[in-house]
Amino acid sequence: MSIASTSVIQIIPRTRRGVELMLLILAVGVSVAAYVNIGLTVQDKVPASTGYYAAGIGLLALIAHLALRYRAPYADPVLLPCAVLLNGLGVAMIHRIDLGIAEDRLARGLDAKAAAAPQQITWTAVGVVLFLVVVLVIRDHRRLQALTYTAGLAGLVLLVLPLIPGLGVNLNGARIWIHLAGMSFQPGEFAKLCLVVFFAGYLVVKRDVLTLAGHRFLGLDLPRARDLGPIGIAWVVSLGVLVFENDLGSSLLFFGLFLFLLYVATERAGWLIIGGLLFVGGAFFAYTAFGHVHSRITDWLDPFSIDGGQIAGGLLGQAWGGILGRGLGQGHPEWTLYGNSDMIISSFAEELGLTGLIAILLIYTLIIERGLRTALGCRDIFGKLVATGLAMSFALQVFVIVGGVTGLIPLTGLATPFMALGGTSLVANWAIVALLLRISDQARRPQTPAAPVSDETIAMAVQKQ
Amino acid sequence: MNSAIRRLAVAAIILMLALIANSTYLQAFRSNELNGRNDNRRVRNEQFSVNRGPILIGNTLIARSVPSKDQYQYQRTYSSGPLYAPVTGYYSYQFGRGGIELNQNSELNGSDPSLAFRRVVDVLTGKAQEGASVTLTLNAAAQQAAYTALGDNKGAAVAIEPKTGKVLALVSKPSYDPNLLASHDLSKASDAWKSLNASKNKPMSNRAIKELYPPGSTFKLVTSAAALSSGKYKPDTQVNSPASLPLPQTTVPLPNENGRNCGGSDRATLTVALRLSCNTAFASVGLDLGADALREQAEKFGFGERQLPELGAAASQFPGDPNEPQVAQSAIGQFDVRATPLQMAMVAAGIANKGTVMKPYLVQSVRTADLKTVSETKPEELHQAVSPEVASELTAMMVDVVKNGTGKPGQISGIDVAGKTGTAQSAKDRPPYAWFTAFAPANDPQIAVAVIIEDAVGVGRDDIAGGKLAAPVAKKMMEAVLGR
Repeated sequence: MSIASTSVIQIIPRTRRGVELMLLILAVGVSVAAYVNIGLTVQDKVPASTGYYAAGIGLLALIAHLALRYRAPYADPVLLPCAVLLNGLGVAMIHRIDLGIAEDRLARGLDAKAAAAPQQITWTAVGVVLFLVVVLVIRDHRRLQALTYTAGLAGLVLLVLPLIPGLGVNLNGARIWIHLAGMSFQPGEFAKLCLVVFFAGYLVVKRDVLTLAGHRFLGLDLPRARDLGPIGIAWVVSLGVLVFENDLGSSLLFFGLFLFLLYVATERAGWLIIGGLLFVGGAFFAYTAFGHVHSRITDWLDPFSIDGGQIAGGLLGQAWGGILGRGLGQGHPEWTLYGNSDMIISSFAEELGLTGLIAILLIYTLIIERGLRTALGCRDIFGKLVATGLAMSFALQVFVIVGGVTGLIPLTGLATPFMALGGTSLVANWAIVALLLRISDQARRPQTPAAPVSDETIAMAVQKQ
Repeated sequence: MNSAIRRLAVAAIILMLALIANSTYLQAFRSNELNGRNDNRRVRNEQFSVNRGPILIGNTLIARSVPSKDQYQYQRTYSSGPLYAPVTGYYSYQFGRGGIELNQNSELNGSDPSLAFRRVVDVLTGKAQEGASVTLTLNAAAQQAAYTALGDNKGAAVAIEPKTGKVLALVSKPSYDPNLLASHDLSKASDAWKSLNASKNKPMSNRAIKELYPPGSTFKLVTSAAALSSGKYKPDTQVNSPASLPLPQTTVPLPNENGRNCGGSDRATLTVALRLSCNTAFASVGLDLGADALREQAEKFGFGERQLPELGAAASQFPGDPNEPQVAQSAIGQFDVRATPLQMAMVAAGIANKGTVMKPYLVQSVRTADLKTVSETKPEELHQAVSPEVASELTAMMVDVVKNGTGKPGQISGIDVAGKTGTAQSAKDRPPYAWFTAFAPANDPQIAVAVIIEDAVGVGRDDIAGGKLAAPVAKKMMEAVLGR
């Protein structure tokens, strides 16, 4: 036995499922503690629903964990606990705002019913079911590549759904919702998932032609005009979403996603520059042509000039939170318009302060970087692209919504992943995490069986490196 | 491909760092500015949830916070609201604060730096923040006497302790009930605010310190003080006092109020002129002394300065550059001479206190919830208005006014009262203002007062005179303080 052979045997990847379980217990514990804390401060008692909440979140986390143990043992151990923590904290905050709204309404002599939190727990359950479906049914993410064009078509259909009269509804100025069987959905959230699969599948096939053909100009490798087709279409579609559905956030998201994947597939920065220019052009066009874009920008530049401006309400809440926050249950997030959905980040910033907000942003960062880590480790191009797409869609979405709420960029109505009130977004995010975990299982799974290996195989493996 | 993914990873981190940097700027550096906004409901709510300290007179709570079961934890209540409203002010959710509630806000809500130690102790022991109590210098009996005696008349009354400058009474009529503005029923509070501001009687204007009136004949005390201080005059110096004084540079003469000369002669002593309040006598003294001497004397009594600035008091004025006929008018408290009732009380108090005008003050002490004194106001000299000799000469002349002259209604049996009446013209179409200022006892002054009645209810124009209307109010106040 040589020293080299022992060291090779020792780097057999570990599944880390135990670590995941510990982190999950921590995540569920923190969520339940937050829930109880809110009850104690707002109502002076441990909420009666604590059992329901703790059992709900805990059980869902456990089921998801067992599914991974059973079907994806090498999956990344950090992603699931992060998702559970964000989801749990989100429900706690939604519950806290339920209580606040009920108090406000009681004070004004109105009916005190507000029960968004139980609804969100139900959606969490649906999300975890979809998580299980993805983990258990899709045994290998590469099979999705066969669905490239199906996914593309599905994505487009989902995007267009809200525009169908009688199905789509206008809500808060954007037409991104559909009403079906008494419930409302935001199909764009799933379109995102489908389009990532489509973009990835398309680029796997076309990357050679996009990478190799072209000419240098001003030190940049620029693609040929006819290869600009895909990016042009993405640009037009994203502008179309903006125009017809008044949805700034999604159009930015779709366009950005395609651009990033194009860049990763071709490794040519020229695409980013062309895309950036197109984005600036599109943004300027939107600013001059559409009233609602214009008003978003005005509200951003001078939040307090508009009476009851959405950003202004959030900024006051965040300022009230300061560095350490007012404490859970001790602020007034219920006074912030959409404090449990669009502006939930402001609610956290108010009650947990800058400290809590940074902690939440770090959890998001962890998810994003773990997703990109999965992309790095993935062995097939399609998987790399899908993982990159999902991770970057997360990054873009967090940046756009948190940046909007904190006043860094103009506010656009995107859901805060895992936290904001809203079923479709939550369910879609669970599917995204499931897919990332599925890919990471492939990426981290040892290529050679861990069974006893001969010295020759090890020698070959060493040679290959 | 991996290098591109790594670059994206860096880009994603940069995006997150940008969010963190921006939030840090917002929550750590911009939060003070945003929390200071007037329209910030959270800040107001927080203050409404603090157990605000009481405002006291002696041992009596005139404003206090009681636990409340609605969305705000404490309800501010004012016992005898309208009686003390010009001093306490109000504490309203929508309309902010006024009076002591405004000026002593940081003490009352416990956020003042002087209470920082207390606050730390509260935090460590887990106690809710509690405000400090503010004790006022007011004398409840004097305040009540003035309030009752003014009745339904529009006017104001102020009393000062001459030796210290303590404000003993500060009444403005008509008044308002601050409880209405402190109501947690915000629409009721809003209605009250609107109707108070719309009322033509202006119940929220603090007539005692914020409104400027022509002081009329009460200003003759200042003119007398200037005359005696100049060394050219003694109380028995004879001055010109015809029925009507021809004014230089004009064809319109200045007449006496009753159209006759002063006590049956065209020459009268300064004492007699003050006793009968002869306009022609003091106009000619004023012309002799000149505008500058009069202004200097007025300023030594406090004209041109804002007294009780914490209540938003106005500064009384002597005109800047009057010509000769205007000087004659000014010497008798007309033309552009403007004074607050507080200022005229300070004139009386200065004479009473051997010529030394004390700085008026309202807050006696600030104490924490466990009765530890945080601050105590010490009397402070403002100016030496006249010499002790001149002060005693003026006192004798004022005693004569009440004993034998226009001030008779101010008499109190067994005590020498020193006083001066005034009937001031403002506009042709409105009745004159009735003034009375006085102090008592003359030999050991305990209280100096000034009373103005702006609009007397049910009194004919010809019957309006300082002695008849205002002196009885002053008398009640003095009696209250002297225990009569």
